[in-house]
Amino acid sequence: MTLRHQAVVFAMMVAAFVAGPFVVYPVFLMKALCFALFACAFNLLIGYAGLLSFGHAAYLGSAGYVTAHAAKVWGWPPELAILLGTATAALLGLAIGALAIRRQGIYFAMITLALAQMLFFFCLQAPFTHGEDGIQAVPRGTLLGLLDLRHTLVMYYVVLAIFLGGFLLIYRTIHSPFGQVLKAVRENEPRALSLGYQADRYKLIAFVLSAALSGLAGGTKAIVFQLASLTDVHWTMSGEVVLMTLLGGLGTVFGPVVGAVIVIGLETYLAQLGAWVTVVQGIIFVLCVLAFRRGVVGELARVIRKPL
Amino acid sequence: MRKYRLLVIAALIGLIAAPAAQAQISDGIIKIGVLTDMSSLYADLSGQGSVIAARMAVEDFGAAKKGMKVEIVSADHQNKADVGSGIARQWLDADKVDVIVDTPNSGVALAVTQIVKEKGKAFLVSGAASSDLTGKACSPNTIHWTYDTWALANGTGSAIVKTGGDSWFFITADYAFGHALERDTEAVVLKNGGKVLGKVRHPLNTADFSSFLLQAQSSKAKIIGLANAGGDTTNSIKQAAEFGIVKGGQNLAGLLVFITDVHALGLQTAQGLIFTEAFYWDLNDKTRAFAKRFAELDRGIHPTMIHAGVYSATLHYLKAVEALKGDDGTKVIAKMKETPTDDPLFGKGSIRADGRKLHPMYLFEVKKPSESKGPWDYYKTRATTPAEQAFRPIDQGDCPLVKK
Amino acid sequence: MIFGIPPQALFGQLLIGLINGSFYAMLSLGLSVIFGLLNIINFTHGAQYMMGAFVAYFLLQYAGIGYWWALLLAPVAVGVVGVVLERFLLKRLYSLDHLYGLLLTFGLGLIIQGIFRNSFGSSGLPYAIPAELTGGRNLGFMVLPNYRAWVIVFSLAVCLATWFVIERTKLGSYLRAATENPALVQAFGINVPRMITLTYGFGVALAALAGVLAAPIYQVNPLMGADLIIVVFAVVVIGGMGSIMGSIVTGFGLGLVEGLTKVFYPEASNTVIFVIMALVLLVKPAGLFGRAQ
Repeated sequence: MTLRHQAVVFAMMVAAFVAGPFVVYPVFLMKALCFALFACAFNLLIGYAGLLSFGHAAYLGSAGYVTAHAAKVWGWPPELAILLGTATAALLGLAIGALAIRRQGIYFAMITLALAQMLFFFCLQAPFTHGEDGIQAVPRGTLLGLLDLRHTLVMYYVVLAIFLGGFLLIYRTIHSPFGQVLKAVRENEPRALSLGYQADRYKLIAFVLSAALSGLAGGTKAIVFQLASLTDVHWTMSGEVVLMTLLGGLGTVFGPVVGAVIVIGLETYLAQLGAWVTVVQGIIFVLCVLAFRRGVVGELARVIRKPL
Repeated sequence: MRKYRLLVIAALIGLIAAPAAQAQISDGIIKIGVLTDMSSLYADLSGQGSVIAARMAVEDFGAAKKGMKVEIVSADHQNKADVGSGIARQWLDADKVDVIVDTPNSGVALAVTQIVKEKGKAFLVSGAASSDLTGKACSPNTIHWTYDTWALANGTGSAIVKTGGDSWFFITADYAFGHALERDTEAVVLKNGGKVLGKVRHPLNTADFSSFLLQAQSSKAKIIGLANAGGDTTNSIKQAAEFGIVKGGQNLAGLLVFITDVHALGLQTAQGLIFTEAFYWDLNDKTRAFAKRFAELDRGIHPTMIHAGVYSATLHYLKAVEALKGDDGTKVIAKMKETPTDDPLFGKGSIRADGRKLHPMYLFEVKKPSESKGPWDYYKTRATTPAEQAFRPIDQGDCPLVKK
Repeated sequence: MIFGIPPQALFGQLLIGLINGSFYAMLSLGLSVIFGLLNIINFTHGAQYMMGAFVAYFLLQYAGIGYWWALLLAPVAVGVVGVVLERFLLKRLYSLDHLYGLLLTFGLGLIIQGIFRNSFGSSGLPYAIPAELTGGRNLGFMVLPNYRAWVIVFSLAVCLATWFVIERTKLGSYLRAATENPALVQAFGINVPRMITLTYGFGVALAALAGVLAAPIYQVNPLMGADLIIVVFAVVVIGGMGSIMGSIVTGFGLGLVEGLTKVFYPEASNTVIFVIMALVLLVKPAGLFGRAQ
């Protein structure tokens, strides 16, 4: 398999992120990395399992709240708080996935959206989330008792490490027998079933994995920004991750990363224009769906005629 | 495998080198950041008007003549704590902003006050209301200027209870400000022998209050306290009229009302409302002159107390920077606390150790349509509370900066 | 006292629930009609509802045209916009996976809402209740504003009229046939693409009509459709996608359930519809009135 070019691109990506904070505002890059992980996790589900989840914010946000609460109120060290957040997201993914997988296609998407909205209202009411104010002043803490996360650069490289860990896990999953069966289920479910594979179980496992990694992104983000808020469980966040993945390239390895960096970049640098950011996002959506379905990385892959 | 090893080594080098000091931000410019709500329910009572007020303060201070370079930037926090704190962080880290001003929405203000403290800059709150900003969340880098929930509760709340409104039902905006206002007003009601018959919380920026108003109606409380502000308050008042609440014998208490709300409601609907504010444009010649200038710059809108607070705070800040010849946030705030204040809008005043600015508060009543001589002529003054009595006593706030 | 709650509180909230239910019913009707024929989840529905309210506001503000005319003109105007959308954008996606239609309409919704939000801010613009419908009627347990009573009556009428046209008239039968087998119906000489375009326009017009109805109650506000639309999706899933009577009954019914919840357990009033959706999916995945696929 022509994996060498992918390794080269991977090395380039790592080098860019390692050098990044000396060139660009590090907090912006950390935000991009968290969302890149989120988008990669989402891509696992839609690009490789063919399932459009329209409520993925539920995992990002719930993990964020749990991590923030654990770190602030229970005083847990960041690594345990993030792990707890990830586990929460995984469990939520199991519950929602089990319910949603009973239906297919558009119905599946609608159900994930509605269940995520239910979680939003729960977060709005639950006392521990502090509703509109969110959980503020979450301590950065000390990682493993060694690394003081209050220093921006230290925090940055920890986030980078987490991102790379998640990225490689997804990569490994895609290029494994499990990943192959998943692709088979996406391409032709009845045929996969006839071959004896329990399609629903594979889909559920992919769903839980995607939810867990989204949770990892959410928990990390809560520690970086020291804040967990309703924005992360709102359906507009679910829409954003779809946008990032679509723009970057559905089903490509590096697409979601590129998409996340572009979308976060747009948001940050167009922020003075207020609601125009939403309009630009909508326009990108429309253009991508009509004329640019392969996304940035997808088109690039077509040009060099190798999978990316 | 080799690539991964290189990665790990690179990461470790980065981590060891990291705590190396970031470059010090040097200044030749005083940069003021007006963080406000430009597009949502608080846009009229602060929003663009606050930016205008800040500009007027810089002009009146005469920065250009004194050779000081002052720049103003502004941003819309959209009433979201994460957007607001993201902007604050970017401003203070990367954009060399020295002081953040205004910030309506107590949730955002509480988030920003933490960040400003971390980075040792300055924060002058005019828009937000929560009395926690000079209480549990007080900071050596923050001054709470115009008003707070305690002052409102003790002004409006006690006036209403003393005139017979002794049973209350609260309709509360479900975030930091609403909770604080409800808490402070409930304390006043109970202290004066009244009862609270029920409370209901509504999301920020609610359009339809029918179900909450029905609950208030069935509680049969004499007073329905509206612990919300801006668009939420005007919607509650309009819809209460639809449902015949006042005709049915209950009274509405607007705990936080601005002149822009009265303007939006119209005197026919708003007449008779009683509430507490820190400023009214028609109080004296100096305030009238300011209002005339302001209205010309802001499409005819007259300044609310928030706008006045931004003006007053910015002016005092610039004076302190001039005296110190430097703009280190913590030092400037300390200097501002040492110096008594004096400006055309609030007159003479002072700032306490917990960051609370002191000035008189006024109890206003909305005029009947027949009593008003024209647009914006809306208030008559019912009472004036002197500065020492208008705000929470300094030892009752649990502020760690105050030595007991 | 009924179940420990004074009847005033109970009936009052039920009535308000019925009013909310009117909007759920009208909006889910439009969505159902569009989904039934085009197999597209019209995510732009919320924005089109909002546009209806805004057109009514503009008509009043800039042309002095009042509410009663707006009830006719706004749906037509927004319906035309919908027709244009379908002709130039949605048509291209029929040969693709249905999910792309969802994403396109989602993107369109963002664009429309963003533009309006930029131009008008996100707090509400006032729209007065028409003079003929001001005032209220004292029902003993509450004062029912006349306008809100009108909303219930009018939306019920519109819903039933739509149901009648689709289920009991010749035009409706063509529509239903085209849903099941477009190629065959086309072979009979009926212009199916045009029917599809007009149906989308009709569904959108229904949303705009709901918007005009909502303007005096909910304030005209660029984000008014955004959170509402997700509840409407849940209503459609519960009622059964593509079932007209299902949308109407479920819409009103869920409004009532929400009202009841506000009395007994207000904290859950936002989530109760989604809980019901989850339960219905477990027991009867096709929806209460839907046909199993």
